[in-house]
Amino acid sequence: MRVHPVVRRLLQAVIVLWAAFTLSFVILYLLPGDAVLTKLGGADGGVTASPQQIAAARAQYGLDEPVLVQYGKRLADALHGDFGTSVSTGDDATHMVLTALPPTLAVTGLALVLAVVLGGGIAILGTYTRVRAVSQFLLSLPPLGTSLPPFWVGLLLIQLFSFRLRLFPALGATGFASLVLPAITLALPTGAIIAQVLAKSLRTQLAEPYIEIARAKGASRRRVHFGHALRNAGLPALTLVGVVAGNLLAGSVVTETVFSRDGLGRVTASAVTAQDIPVVQAVIVLSALFFVLLNLAVDLLYPLLDPRVAVVREKVTAHG
Amino acid sequence: MADLALRQNGRLLVRRPGLVLSVLVLAAVLLAAFAPALFTSYDPISGVPAERLQGPSAAHLFGTDETGRDVFARVVHGASLSLRATVLAVLVALVAGAALGLLAGFRGGWADALVMRVVDVLQAVPAILLSLALVTGLGFGTTNVAIAVGVANLAAFARLMRAEVLRVRTGVFVEAARAGGVRWTGVLGRHVLPHALGPVLVLATITFGTAVLEVSALSFLGFGATPPTPEWGALVAGGRNFLATAWWMTTFPGLTVAAVVLAANRLSRAFDGERSGR
Amino acid sequence: MSLLEITDLGVAYHTRSGVVPAVHGVSLNVEAGEIVAVVGESGSGKTTTAHAVIGLLPRGGRVTAGRIAFAGRDLTRLSEKDWQAVRGTEVALVPQDPTVSLDPVRRIGDQVAEVLLIHRLAPRRAAAARAVELLRRAGIDRAEVRARQYPHELSGGLRQRVLIAIALAGEPKLIIADEPTSALDVTVQREILDHLEALAAESGTAVLLITHDLGVAADRAARIAVMSQGGIVEQGPAPEILAAPAEPYTRQLLAAAPSLTREPLRPRRDEGPDVLLSVDGLVKTFALPRNGSAPRSVRAVDGVSFRLTRGRTLALVGESGSGKTTTARMAVGLETPSAGTVTFDGQDVTRLPAAELRRLRRRFQLVYQNPYASLNPRFDIEQVVGEPLRAFGIGSRAERRARVAQLLDQVALPASALRRRPAELSGGQRQRAAIARALALNPDLVVLDEPVSALDVSVQAQILRLLVDLQDELGLTYLFITHDLAVVREMADHVGVLRAGRLLELGPADEVLGNPREDYTRALLAAIPGGTQHDQEARLA
Repeated sequence: MRVHPVVRRLLQAVIVLWAAFTLSFVILYLLPGDAVLTKLGGADGGVTASPQQIAAARAQYGLDEPVLVQYGKRLADALHGDFGTSVSTGDDATHMVLTALPPTLAVTGLALVLAVVLGGGIAILGTYTRVRAVSQFLLSLPPLGTSLPPFWVGLLLIQLFSFRLRLFPALGATGFASLVLPAITLALPTGAIIAQVLAKSLRTQLAEPYIEIARAKGASRRRVHFGHALRNAGLPALTLVGVVAGNLLAGSVVTETVFSRDGLGRVTASAVTAQDIPVVQAVIVLSALFFVLLNLAVDLLYPLLDPRVAVVREKVTAHG
Repeated sequence: MADLALRQNGRLLVRRPGLVLSVLVLAAVLLAAFAPALFTSYDPISGVPAERLQGPSAAHLFGTDETGRDVFARVVHGASLSLRATVLAVLVALVAGAALGLLAGFRGGWADALVMRVVDVLQAVPAILLSLALVTGLGFGTTNVAIAVGVANLAAFARLMRAEVLRVRTGVFVEAARAGGVRWTGVLGRHVLPHALGPVLVLATITFGTAVLEVSALSFLGFGATPPTPEWGALVAGGRNFLATAWWMTTFPGLTVAAVVLAANRLSRAFDGERSGR
Repeated sequence: MSLLEITDLGVAYHTRSGVVPAVHGVSLNVEAGEIVAVVGESGSGKTTTAHAVIGLLPRGGRVTAGRIAFAGRDLTRLSEKDWQAVRGTEVALVPQDPTVSLDPVRRIGDQVAEVLLIHRLAPRRAAAARAVELLRRAGIDRAEVRARQYPHELSGGLRQRVLIAIALAGEPKLIIADEPTSALDVTVQREILDHLEALAAESGTAVLLITHDLGVAADRAARIAVMSQGGIVEQGPAPEILAAPAEPYTRQLLAAAPSLTREPLRPRRDEGPDVLLSVDGLVKTFALPRNGSAPRSVRAVDGVSFRLTRGRTLALVGESGSGKTTTARMAVGLETPSAGTVTFDGQDVTRLPAAELRRLRRRFQLVYQNPYASLNPRFDIEQVVGEPLRAFGIGSRAERRARVAQLLDQVALPASALRRRPAELSGGQRQRAAIARALALNPDLVVLDEPVSALDVSVQAQILRLLVDLQDELGLTYLFITHDLAVVREMADHVGVLRAGRLLELGPADEVLGNPREDYTRALLAAIPGGTQHDQEARLA
């Protein structure tokens, strides 16, 4: 059967999404940790609830049915955007996650801009400059950026900019000023990854024979760097988009906890603390959806930017 | 091969102070994990209330916390738990990932397709979120955190192992062995595995740094060790409430994590360079 | 005053482990409009010299002595800015490998026009029109269409034409052609060199032709400089160098160059009575990736039949894509034919169960083109050569060791090589080790897949000599796969010419080479470099 490549790619995206749902179902509903016990206060302390209470709670969450029936029902519900109700608050899980999204997007958006500008800038400048010391200094920053624990960086920033210099608020979500520190914290590891990938890619391209031909034409260093190498190097870096978005979203769990901001990360953290399975599942599927959509967009755009790629490019991965 | 790399590194150390420092940091942390008493005589669990919230001094290098416990002692004693969790995480990722990758790469066909689809999905969810979901499913505690971090990172190992196996398997010298009449078990054991193992071990050292970060992040969020057990991420979390008054309580444990990760990454880059250099 | 005057040039590379001299005391002149060839084997310093002339030494490379005067101006003192004005308009470069020398994401036309824009030789619109014109002059058909295409849409030969157009765009006085055709098929090679020569003559441009092939130099250059180990061994007018070389090294190089010899290394043999390998109606189709209306599969081998009798050498000749390697791989059971049969000593290889095929492998072995890739880099040579013995459980450990020592002796490798790893050996030594491995099990048939094409000419000659000697000594039968008709002339008893998967012509070597039936075979023969030399010799004789 012949299928248009774009259709095939769409189908792939749907399958990954379905698989992500299935994976989260396996992890959350089939592994031994028992949300009902936790909810009733009996997970690790002595069991305080009676067997009848437990059975009633299980029935309430549909946990007493055979696994496949549970899976089928939950998949059908999820297709309608329904992941069940929060175990701890009783609210609709999807609604909780979606209302928490906007403040998180504000921070991640700013962080994305910072990461791209700083990471890209460091990579370009670090490979362009002919001053060895500058280049060495700049290119030593990204490995540092990936090594610092983000929760610690956040706390250091609070100490320095909030307590010492009193430039930005330490906690909460009031106005643009409160965005700055969390966004920097979030942007640091992501920017470092962008810088590493782009710098490596640039160096690879600059060693290619076509660069020598460009120089043999009499092209200036700037023309060689920006006209030839950067264009070729930027393409593989573009495939990082899905990774970057995933990192930022995941990073917000830590930054929102550190800065006591409301948002998706905070909702995730407290859902895990409460072993609030429906909410955690909604978060996982949402993040997979982000990843899938962004990669889909990159895949469909890529052929417009790289003439060598017909329609579908190799798969990219979220981490590692 | 690690042995060979180390011997070759012996000569390089003199010319690379950063690498020497990294090795020293890792050696010190390893020593602290096995013999914390060598570094400090303070008790990490029970403090001296009279000496609470003191800044860094000769007596208390990293200061003291709100119950008068020596922060340095807690960091030193925390090394054991933090490192154990990290090593467990790396082992889970390495063993499970490499086995899956080997199966996919050598067996091919449907096994390959199945393994790679699972890997695709594991990589479609960011590592931290995936480990959070696993912690939700498995329950809290350092061991579960370690397993969660390991599983979240195994996809990269599977992918690399598979790619390496495929690369080596289609290599000319492997075909030459096959054409020479070597059985496939011989090809796997004598040609494919020794070649594939190198890059996989380099990835393990890289993952070590990542695992330290992720384990400490999860324990910072409160899903790891239960207080008062010292563990690096939890120590930073414990100091949060005293951010304005006792900066040392968060700064030094965090600095320790950063130093270990930096050292591990520096070492892994050295291994990597060593490999690709030859 | 010559156009280019290189005086006592020294170049060294600064590496981590110290300064490595690459070129020393090189003096060379190129007159305006003249073609001068620099000939040498790998590591001779010829490419370094060429790159010094255009100021594009690789990382760490520095001119340490001497001067390079171009139209009276010393280039070694130029700043980077001055160099930019010189490159493209005074000196231009045609590179070695056209497949990687064009920017993959920019259109062909733009890449040609870039030269004009950089040097402000034309405004944007005029530059585009001029680029099309330049492409047409470089021998590219439908230049308007090609100009809008990307490099990956063009064949290697076309890309090299594009690079020639780029080199000519700034109307330079000197073109440095660095092995401009060594990555191309012989027939394409010839067309490209013809065209380059004609264009240079037309515009009065001088060419500094860097090549490893004395035949190419003999055909094209007015003067030849022979380089070895970083210095010039000998230089002078081409006919003199070729007819009466003064230096032993040049003589050695001339003797080794397969393109300049015509005699077989041993007397040719007629077909014998004992058919060892018989191939009938062999077909191999490969599926192609889905791509619009293009065909879904390609016939890499299309109905090939031949017989090979014991003790003889059959050469299969063809250019890239002719199916010669696929045929060889099917012959030794490494690839399953889509149709047809391979019969080895009466047994049908294609229908043999895996276990029996493995047992049969003792009797036919394969030597690969690239001795760098075909030896496991982690093994030492004893392990490499002894592996087939081990695989078949032959002999005790001590017996195997003795056999490996004997094999090394046979291929003239010193016993000290036993403990070395492949990386510690030269290319020629590695190929000897690969041959020793192939001989370990006393095979009847050895399939040689381009066994010398990755090696320097003088090493090539030694390996070919070794193969011929071994054949006599051990009664071997060879299936020899090559693209190089000159090598065929030296080695083969019988020749098969392959093109696009079909066997065009098959017969005794002297017949096929001396009196070819097919136009294609004639074209291949004419494309062997060094033809001019033969003509001259013929005239002298």
